[in-house]
Amino acid sequence: MKGYYFDNIAATKVDKEVIKAMLPYFDTYYAMPSSQFSHQPGIFITDKIEQARKNIAHFINADKDEIIFTSGETESNNLAIKGVARANKKRGNHIITVKNEHRSVLNSFKTLEKEGFDVTYLDVDGEGSVDLQQIKDSIRDNTILLSVALVDQVVGTIQPIAEIGKLIKEKQVIFHTNATYGLGYLPLDVKKMGVDLLTISGDKAHAPKGIGVLYKRKDININRIFDGNFNEFYIRPGIENVPGIIGFSKAVDLLKHNENTIEKINELRDILIDKLLTIGDSVLNGSRTKRVANNVNITFYKVEGESVMLHLDMNGISVTTGSACFSRSLEPDYVLSSMGFDHERIHGSIRYSLSKYNTKEEVEYVSEKTKKIIKRLREISPL
Amino acid sequence: MSIPYTKKILENFLHPKNVGEIKNADAIATEGSSICGDVVKLFIKVDPKTHKIVDIKFKSYGCAANIATASIITELAKGKTINKAKKISWEKANKELGGLPPVKVHCAVLAIDALKSAIDNYEQAHGLIREKVPTDGKIIIKRLRHIINPIFGKDVVSTKLIKEIKIKDGIISIKMNLAPDHQFYNNISDEIKERLEPLWDVKKVDIVGDLDSLTSQKS
Repeated sequence: MKGYYFDNIAATKVDKEVIKAMLPYFDTYYAMPSSQFSHQPGIFITDKIEQARKNIAHFINADKDEIIFTSGETESNNLAIKGVARANKKRGNHIITVKNEHRSVLNSFKTLEKEGFDVTYLDVDGEGSVDLQQIKDSIRDNTILLSVALVDQVVGTIQPIAEIGKLIKEKQVIFHTNATYGLGYLPLDVKKMGVDLLTISGDKAHAPKGIGVLYKRKDININRIFDGNFNEFYIRPGIENVPGIIGFSKAVDLLKHNENTIEKINELRDILIDKLLTIGDSVLNGSRTKRVANNVNITFYKVEGESVMLHLDMNGISVTTGSACFSRSLEPDYVLSSMGFDHERIHGSIRYSLSKYNTKEEVEYVSEKTKKIIKRLREISPL
Repeated sequence: MSIPYTKKILENFLHPKNVGEIKNADAIATEGSSICGDVVKLFIKVDPKTHKIVDIKFKSYGCAANIATASIITELAKGKTINKAKKISWEKANKELGGLPPVKVHCAVLAIDALKSAIDNYEQAHGLIREKVPTDGKIIIKRLRHIINPIFGKDVVSTKLIKEIKIKDGIISIKMNLAPDHQFYNNISDEIKERLEPLWDVKKVDIVGDLDSLTSQKS
């Protein structure tokens, strides 16, 4: 059966060019990247890593010694939040984030809360947007860290990071953004955004899983969360994921000048939203305008999401749902809850997420199948 | 790893039996879990002489496990006397389906509850009104046996999730053998409240976790 993969916010297909770039680093250039006084294979690989670092730094308008390679989104967020809060504790113990953040952000804040930090969790509105005035009002003299994602992973709402950056410019608050779900779709310029720390992850942009980056502005103090050797400026010890780094750098190359690709995905997104909304008793979750190009999230009332998902799966279509029946904690999706949605709206929510590999034909097929499945499930629904 | 459902579950989900409504049903029951959000509605037609269930239909607003269990229990109950049908347990339904994944067993309970409520409603309509019994430990445990510990797919009593039960002046205090930051803590404590709060003489249900039991509840 042909697969219709619409779960690209979870993970993406690795681009063939990325794989090609990585392959020599498994069986030809496999030495440990090492200092300039080591053997030649080690020095060669260190050079390649530094080129990749420079390339990614350039992509986000940073300097190369501000790029720390990590294992991905979760580690970058943990390092940024715990590392910075702990290193700057003397300046204050108040830290701020938003209720719809990724679990790796929220749970890092929860850990810090247990360590004695005072945490403010900001609300979002019905579209998942955070209010600038609320941010302004929440900042105190002892606030040291603010973390707001560029785009959330559930409904794809874009937050005004640059405006927040301006807002807190005069304050002594260190500003982190999880830009994972904007990578490849929104311009990432750390200076224009006014951020001190930024997380990106390869697996969302056609690089493999297990490679990520934390951008950290040079003068920001940070504590390690792992102990070990002197790799990555002694901030992130452990031997570098060399093939991953090479792959991520190649993936970033492919994201340059990709306006046409974004435009195409944007168009597919709009077609899919419009087609799915012709199924009655359905509603778009999130903003129509402040929305990342690859996210479609729709609630079909009177049906339950896991049932819809399983039916779609039986037809080769991969999606995900916010339904409690699907979640690992058996609770309705917390991002949708944070938007003030009632149980029913979350119960029937389905997220379709696109990439450059999806086609118009696939979108047609997926919307037609969804229509049939919803009709069938509504026939057996008592509501 | 493949789809965590057996062939029998998938069959009953994709082609559920006894779906629909009975227009002149003798009893109807709707059971919903305000926690997971699922709803099952059940219709029965009973022969007044033999007390056999001659027709049974359901509608479901729920997940695959919910639809599949509702389908299988209607098959099990059809043709049985109400006394026999009452004894169909969620264990039996689960076995019949070839075993639900542990986190999904609570869906089977919901369908069974709908069947029991429909039969209850039928009995009450036929003059079998029961007296109000004061809530005691025994009644509480009986109710708690309907709550599934999603870690093991068995009820919270037999999996030793309940550490202590106290009842005083209409207030039930329950100590759980689960750390408050466990992934299922909120789900289970909400379910306990949902099960015990409707008891006629219960004013409040207090639940506390146990910080030290972080690792003791693992499958």
